[in-house]
Amino acid sequence: MPIRFFTLFFLIFSFAAPAFSQGADPKPLFNQLADADFGQAESIVAQIATSGDIRVVPALEAFAEGDLYFRKADKAVFVAKPAGAQLDLIDPVTAESAGQVAKGAVTKIRVNNTLRRAIRAALGGLTLMSPDRSVRLAAADAILLSPSAEALDLVEAAIAKETDRDVKFRMEEARAVSVLSSDRSLDEKRAAIQTMGNLGGRSALGILSSVSSTIDPSLKADLDAAIKAIQNEQQLWDLAQNVWYGVSLGSVLLLAAIGLAITFGVMGIINMAHGEMVMLGAYSTYVVQEVIRSHAPGLFDWSLTIALPVAFLVTGAVGFVVERGIIRFLYGRPLETLLATWGVSLILQQTIRSIFGPTNKEVGNPSWMSGSFPLGGMTITWNRMWIVIFSLSIFFALLVVMKKSAFGLNMRAVTQNRRMASSMGIRTPWVDALTFALGSGIAGIAGVALSQIDNVSPNLGQSYIIDSFMVVVFGGVGNLWGTLVGALSLGVLNKFLEPSVGAVLGKILVLVLIILFIQKRPRGLFALKGRAIEA
Amino acid sequence: MITGFILRALEGKIVVAIAILIGVAILVPALNLLTSPDSALHIPTYAMALMGKYLCYALLALALDLVWGYCGILSLGHGAFFALGGYAMGMYLMRQIGSRGTYGNPLLPDFMVFLNWKELPWFWYGFDHFAFAMLMVLVVPGLLAFVFGWFAFRSRVNGVYLSIITQAMTYALLLAFFRNDMGFGGNNGLTDFKEILGFNVQAGGTRAALFAMSAIMLALCLLVASAITRSKFGKVLVGVRDAESRVRFLGFRVENIKLFTFVVSAMFAGIAGALFVPQVGIINPGEFAPANSIEVVVWTAVGGRGTLIGPIIGAILVNAGKSYFTGAFPEIWLFALGGLFIAVTLFLPRGIVGTIQHGFAGRKALKAAVEAEKGRDAGAVPVARQVQAAE
Repeated sequence: MPIRFFTLFFLIFSFAAPAFSQGADPKPLFNQLADADFGQAESIVAQIATSGDIRVVPALEAFAEGDLYFRKADKAVFVAKPAGAQLDLIDPVTAESAGQVAKGAVTKIRVNNTLRRAIRAALGGLTLMSPDRSVRLAAADAILLSPSAEALDLVEAAIAKETDRDVKFRMEEARAVSVLSSDRSLDEKRAAIQTMGNLGGRSALGILSSVSSTIDPSLKADLDAAIKAIQNEQQLWDLAQNVWYGVSLGSVLLLAAIGLAITFGVMGIINMAHGEMVMLGAYSTYVVQEVIRSHAPGLFDWSLTIALPVAFLVTGAVGFVVERGIIRFLYGRPLETLLATWGVSLILQQTIRSIFGPTNKEVGNPSWMSGSFPLGGMTITWNRMWIVIFSLSIFFALLVVMKKSAFGLNMRAVTQNRRMASSMGIRTPWVDALTFALGSGIAGIAGVALSQIDNVSPNLGQSYIIDSFMVVVFGGVGNLWGTLVGALSLGVLNKFLEPSVGAVLGKILVLVLIILFIQKRPRGLFALKGRAIEA
Repeated sequence: MITGFILRALEGKIVVAIAILIGVAILVPALNLLTSPDSALHIPTYAMALMGKYLCYALLALALDLVWGYCGILSLGHGAFFALGGYAMGMYLMRQIGSRGTYGNPLLPDFMVFLNWKELPWFWYGFDHFAFAMLMVLVVPGLLAFVFGWFAFRSRVNGVYLSIITQAMTYALLLAFFRNDMGFGGNNGLTDFKEILGFNVQAGGTRAALFAMSAIMLALCLLVASAITRSKFGKVLVGVRDAESRVRFLGFRVENIKLFTFVVSAMFAGIAGALFVPQVGIINPGEFAPANSIEVVVWTAVGGRGTLIGPIIGAILVNAGKSYFTGAFPEIWLFALGGLFIAVTLFLPRGIVGTIQHGFAGRKALKAAVEAEKGRDAGAVPVARQVQAAE
């Protein structure tokens, strides 16, 4: 524990603000250590700490480790590091080198456990009173995570001086944690338990449960109440986390399914090559990143933004060719589009395998998609966050295209009544081709996003195709809102089943539930009314 | 009555096909066992095993054709029935290993010993009896098809939706059988078979018998399928395929008709799986893969759906092609298969046999047929709408 304590403070200081000085100059105080006995040394250390000069921290740490020496010649005190047969002398305050001396020329300043404790207290106080707000906050957090009775006095002293509201709050919490492991009065402990109950969080729960066996029986009721409160809160956060995971999975499903909602949902083509369009989008991202890596490494953070239009155009073009070359001969024979598009998917897979090889390709995450941030009691990774945002924006963009643009109007007209639309002067073959290209292009865009969370291999599309169909059928064919609701509810359902039955069984249950659901509502959640349902 | 039923099935082409299959069942094992390896007529064992596999696939394609070609139900889950039949046979073969497994446990198959199971799960009971296992080969796929079809056809789930939920079914089973706790060997499936009915599965004689059995079962199923499709019931079946609503209004219980056909077809698929497993020596969850079921659809489409001979020819041709291509040019097999899918749907919608039967109609006639089909679909809409309104 002491080691961790020191390491922690050392880490905090390694990124602390530049040296800052206030109060007395600590240099003469250090020199007094040369003649001091243990008792005097203790008070000197305390005085050094009150200087508030954080430059002394390494020297105090060295003192606790027994690396503080004084020069016999002038009784000046230095931190000494072994350098071969000699010792490197380092000034305790400025950390400047003071040359090398033979081992015989200096004497070690002795240290005992009482003194070590005093030093540790001084170190804690120094960081808790650091002029840098983030250092104080980190120090309070450190005590929160590993509370100790020794830190209590320091924390209380720091609280008295603290002016920043947030830091003070955190310190109060740290104090409450420390009180429990000290020998303070029952009333103080009771108050501390209440503070911790309000604070919540896993660490507080852990501390409270760990003291529950040793605590005074009269406090037991308060403790249990606090534990209960924290557990309730924790459950709420777990629920929220689960919902988030569900939404995150749902957004992946939405991404995968949204292109299919056009080609299958709107056009009625059982597009088994949909997964391969997603795969093509992912490979477009890979190619864009490779080009950027070799020609303009500085643009790497923009690679996904550049890949989006590229993927859309590539897959859209492939979709256009497939529609003109194959699918247009098969309208009215939906089950046969299934066969033909399955053939297309095999060819696309093998083409990619022949060009790029069968192995996974490395697609990098730009910096803004890496890492995570905390939100209350849960942690959210940036890439999931962006994928949720991204899939929703694609969804709404598509909705606007469908409902507000002239192209969308033509598209809906052709779907609802091809002959009438044709009579009104709409070039239906052209609309068909563009609609299929749009659906494929959106699948390609989805591929850009999915390349960030999945392996980019020729089989990428295969893993999404069944899920995509499930989403579209569950949501209701021909209804974009149904696809959104379907994707999100399947995602959340999956994540809620997972903890109790495991991932695979959860997935099986979801599939079985969908199969049963289709029996009840053969046209999905949001069935289209009117002629379209007979198509 | 039964005789009449069977006699009616014996139409010219079917008779020829059955005669050929019986001839193959006798000739191929004979050429394998009785000729010397140097003889020009000798059929090596591996070739016979390969052909045996094709015959199982042909039976599977026939099963699919019965529901797709005659009843209009495009099942993308027939691989599941095939695999279930295979697992039933595999379980029997596993129990026959007895104490000769790696762990020498007389009761438990190796993988259960490996998983530290203490006793045989209840669903493995009885599989040490051949007759029971063979019953299960029919019952398990049949029961699944019954339950699935009972729900689906009653709720009038049809067309695309049915295809997709059958696919979901086989996918769910794929995931389920991959789990070790299911008790079917998980990832590795069932393998290392020793003997069937006391005969060594590796022995030449057993292999020849299995081959002959495959050909005979195929002939038998062909006979049954022919009897079904050529009976009055078969006419109604085609009616259901072409105009489901009209058949319903004529007073037929469409869901029962579909259910019966679906169950029979699933049993055929189960038989095919059961014959397949001892010949290839393994059954694993990969057989449930949705892609496999889709491939069966292609065999059927290539040969000609709606003809009983077509799927058999299609399955044999495509699989022979697959064996050749994957050996000679592995990288272009998927191109060839994909191209085949596209070419058949575009240029041979009736399949090979269907096209021959109808004579080689030019592109014009083909287009006319497609137009007619479109018109029919369009025409069906108002009828269906009226019914909906009436309901």
